[in-house]
Amino acid sequence: MSATATAPSGDNYLNHEKGLWSWLTTLDHKRIGILYMISVMVFFLLGGIFAMLMRTELIAPGRTIMGPETYNRVMTYHGTIMVFMVIIPGIPAFLGNFIMPLQIGAKDVAFPKLNLISWYCLMVGALVAFTSLFYNGVDTGWTFYTPYSIRTHTGVTFMVLGAFIMGFSSILTGLNFIVTIHKLRAPGMTFWRMPLFCWGLYSTAIIQVLATPVLAITLLLIACERILGVGIFDPTLGGDPVLFEHFFWFYSHPAVYIMILPAMGVISEVITAFSHKTIFGYKAIAFSSIGIAAVSFFVWGHHLFVAGQSEVAGIIFSFITMLVGVPTAIKVFNWTATLYKGSIEFKPPMLFALGFLFLFTIGGVTGIMLATIALDVHLHDTYFVVAHFHYVMVGGTLMAIMAGFYYWFPKIFGRMYNIFWARITFVLIFVGFNVTFFPQFILGAMGMPRRYYDYLPAFTSLNRISSIGAYTIGLGFLIALIVILQGIFGGEKASANPWGAKTLEWSTVSPPPHDNFVTEPIVTAGPYEYR
Amino acid sequence: MSTASAHAERHSPLAHHFRDMAQQFDAAKLGIWIFLCTEILMFGGLFVAYIIFHGLYPAMFAEGARWCDWRMGAANTTVLIISSFFMASGVHYTQTNERVKAIRCMAITIVLGFVFLVIKYFEWRHKFELGLLPPHFFHYQGAHHKNLALFFALYFCMTGLHGIHVVAGMCLITWVMIRSIKGEFNSEYYTAVETVGLFWHLVDIVWIYLFPLLYLVG
Amino acid sequence: MIWQLSSLFSSIAHANGTFMPPDGDTIAPLYDHLYLVMVLMSAIASLIVIGGMVYFSIKYRRQTGRKSAYITHNTTLEFLWSFIPFCLFMVAFGWGWYVYYQMRTMPEDAFEVNVLAQQWSWNFMYKSGKKTTADMYVPVNTPVRLIMTSKDVIHSMYIPAFRQKQDVVPGRYTQTWFQAPHVGNFHIFCAEYCGMGHSAMLGIVHVLSKADFDKWLETNPYKGLTPVQVGQHLFQQKCSVCHNPTTERKVGPGLQHVFGSMVQLQGQPPHLADENYIRTHILHPSTYSVQGFPKGVMPSFQGQLSEEELTGLIEYVKSLK
Repeated sequence: MSATATAPSGDNYLNHEKGLWSWLTTLDHKRIGILYMISVMVFFLLGGIFAMLMRTELIAPGRTIMGPETYNRVMTYHGTIMVFMVIIPGIPAFLGNFIMPLQIGAKDVAFPKLNLISWYCLMVGALVAFTSLFYNGVDTGWTFYTPYSIRTHTGVTFMVLGAFIMGFSSILTGLNFIVTIHKLRAPGMTFWRMPLFCWGLYSTAIIQVLATPVLAITLLLIACERILGVGIFDPTLGGDPVLFEHFFWFYSHPAVYIMILPAMGVISEVITAFSHKTIFGYKAIAFSSIGIAAVSFFVWGHHLFVAGQSEVAGIIFSFITMLVGVPTAIKVFNWTATLYKGSIEFKPPMLFALGFLFLFTIGGVTGIMLATIALDVHLHDTYFVVAHFHYVMVGGTLMAIMAGFYYWFPKIFGRMYNIFWARITFVLIFVGFNVTFFPQFILGAMGMPRRYYDYLPAFTSLNRISSIGAYTIGLGFLIALIVILQGIFGGEKASANPWGAKTLEWSTVSPPPHDNFVTEPIVTAGPYEYR
Repeated sequence: MSTASAHAERHSPLAHHFRDMAQQFDAAKLGIWIFLCTEILMFGGLFVAYIIFHGLYPAMFAEGARWCDWRMGAANTTVLIISSFFMASGVHYTQTNERVKAIRCMAITIVLGFVFLVIKYFEWRHKFELGLLPPHFFHYQGAHHKNLALFFALYFCMTGLHGIHVVAGMCLITWVMIRSIKGEFNSEYYTAVETVGLFWHLVDIVWIYLFPLLYLVG
Repeated sequence: MIWQLSSLFSSIAHANGTFMPPDGDTIAPLYDHLYLVMVLMSAIASLIVIGGMVYFSIKYRRQTGRKSAYITHNTTLEFLWSFIPFCLFMVAFGWGWYVYYQMRTMPEDAFEVNVLAQQWSWNFMYKSGKKTTADMYVPVNTPVRLIMTSKDVIHSMYIPAFRQKQDVVPGRYTQTWFQAPHVGNFHIFCAEYCGMGHSAMLGIVHVLSKADFDKWLETNPYKGLTPVQVGQHLFQQKCSVCHNPTTERKVGPGLQHVFGSMVQLQGQPPHLADENYIRTHILHPSTYSVQGFPKGVMPSFQGQLSEEELTGLIEYVKSLK
């Protein structure tokens, strides 16, 4: 694994072609990755602003800065933006697009045109979704539960059509990744020599391809319901609103794993790189990704424990949900074991990876509590659930995005960011996160339902603490933005492999040339040979 | 990269990131099969809705199916099966370098797709005239089952989504036919014809399920 | 800040260490027991992982002259840390099932209350013909079964003190039950997002002693009240989520000075707000759409008000001068 590290005449993907048009029509997976990076960052900023508005409103009971109509819209936009435009494309479409072909030694993804089309799907979908702002906003929450989403006089139609189009972005990315991983690996790159990030993306892609179409048809039916009144989900016309919940969660529960599986892949990479030690239990981690992906299709009913599905169904879903805990536990224990007898460096990516492990563990054990069917009856739709999924999605996925971004930053841009300030962002985000969301577990146990604009005075102090934490996270991400921008435009030149990592992407120059490798790499060993 | 090699690359059907034609073909083939899976799952949602409502209101489906003329449905089934045969032949003749025959087969496939749509148009018009429509527009007076409109909601969603696929398939076949006329395909390179062919077979198979579910259910 | 902390600690103490709301029914102790065990198990598991992580991170931090070990896997260990969690998960599952079984087994001879949820209020109907809104009255030490449906969208009946929650779905009946061992008042929340007034869709369960409950069942709540007083009572229960008795707008317009004025309508000529106008608005709200307010937000109260109550409401609106 030692491709020479000098490209002819300093040609790289950034200067291979020039001009805005060359970026908007690029078929290079690396440039498409950058396009995703920019759009995801913009969407994240928007979603973050909505989050800050929500926490400001909730700083005290009663009206603080907005009325309930506005609050419900802010809450909906926060959810839809963060889920459909940030977390789902965040790791696969940005980091995955850039890194995965490099990691398996391919020149590009299998279908570069589809790759570009999928970015345009995301853009057009987002545009359509935001059109709803001019049609009275959307106030359904990101779950679009019927019959409320059919009755409400707001721009739901635009939002669901937007999400429908963005779904195609996700499907096309998944399809591309499966084919790329199957067909474009470099000579010698067997499945068992693939980095675990690719395993994570591969499992994710399976879910993207198999679950998203069901969401697509469901959202299309909501649009039909609103435009044509087809009545499939409308009880007054003989339809069944609980059927919608089944359809929606058949996608949206696997979607949770679309969000977390690639994050787990990133963590495997970062932990090995900064422990300078091979991963503990490579095959177990790889198989557990596939295991989680497979089981994820059969657990959607745990969102419906109190929705009116039969008790027997509830118990079966509770059982299967417990099974997801097993591969997840394997991963967590294997990462911890990887640290054992390592040589650990606390560079910013590693701090975020350790933060991930901390937060994801709490998110995981509270997930088991919610899967315990009796406990869910009281905790369902309270702030306990809000705290749980933020621990998994923000504490998990977002920490992993940051870890991965800081990890691959020198590879992507050929420059290094300011390590000191990157560490500061970690401290602010990590502390702020716990201050924001840990009190919400308590609020939930005390019985505060979610999506509440107003609350009982007894819940005030915990809500206030939570809001203060949210501002801390906001500050942390603002500093992170500055660190990233400073690094991109004014950072010091980085070498090809600044961390001393072993996977294939570090063997090419930084930033990589248009064809990724100067000579096609030939792989002769596993990904983490830190002997 | 010299201009000559760049020029050659642009006209070669082998994209720069593939090692050889076989790898490129395998990738495309795997890609289209995965895409077909997503299509099946998308229709799957509607089929699940169908099964659930059939369980709830079997009488509604029996009454609704009486308004679907099985002769027209059967005619359309036959048309699509024959069209699938011609599409398969088109792929075969492309593989054996018999370009004229291949183009002829594709043209017949498109015509048959058009015949399908014409028959469908008459069926739909009949229902529009009677007012057998989804709930908001339903104005037929003699319905026995109170939710009969729901049957037609499913009917129009399913046949509508299928109809969109027929039109998309016809556009795709037209596209590969034009490329065939330009002589872009041969026994070495026929990926697009093959994948479009597979898509057309899917459209056919979905209809083979829709026909008994909507027309023959009793 | 000190005040906040002290209120935080008092709320902890209040909830006997589990942060749970007070025990209101016979299920709550069973539930809290399971909850406490799960919290402890979760805390221990988190401590093992996080503690191990912190310990290893410090012990094996990078030092010059020390190389990392080369360890690929250990099948025994990996089996153990998949099998032990699996067993623990099965314990959680089985115990959860057991408690859930108690929660969902509807008693045969329960006192039944019919619940009709609507945007944004809870309506309760008793076998005696009595109806209440927002306040539910039940006898102590008696199993009570709620048979629930919704008029419009999905709501969720959530009584934290009883650890019970059940979605209320339009077009079908769902049910839940509880048995309160002591008298008291407990909160009802709507836990399924239902629109603008979701967080205001509150109620209270009044658990009364048998004697008090029987007395309550027999009394006519409007006895000796003037129509305006009847209206005021109903207004506070049913209307005040969306309407102020002043001129200030809430979800809908404030109702002071409305009666007798010319109301500006959207796409219709202005209309005099007389008795019939108010009546139509309560029973068929989609007939008129008032300028400056979104259409179709107000739910219909058709079938929920007696003539006496309607008259009361109209007289009350009249009195808001």
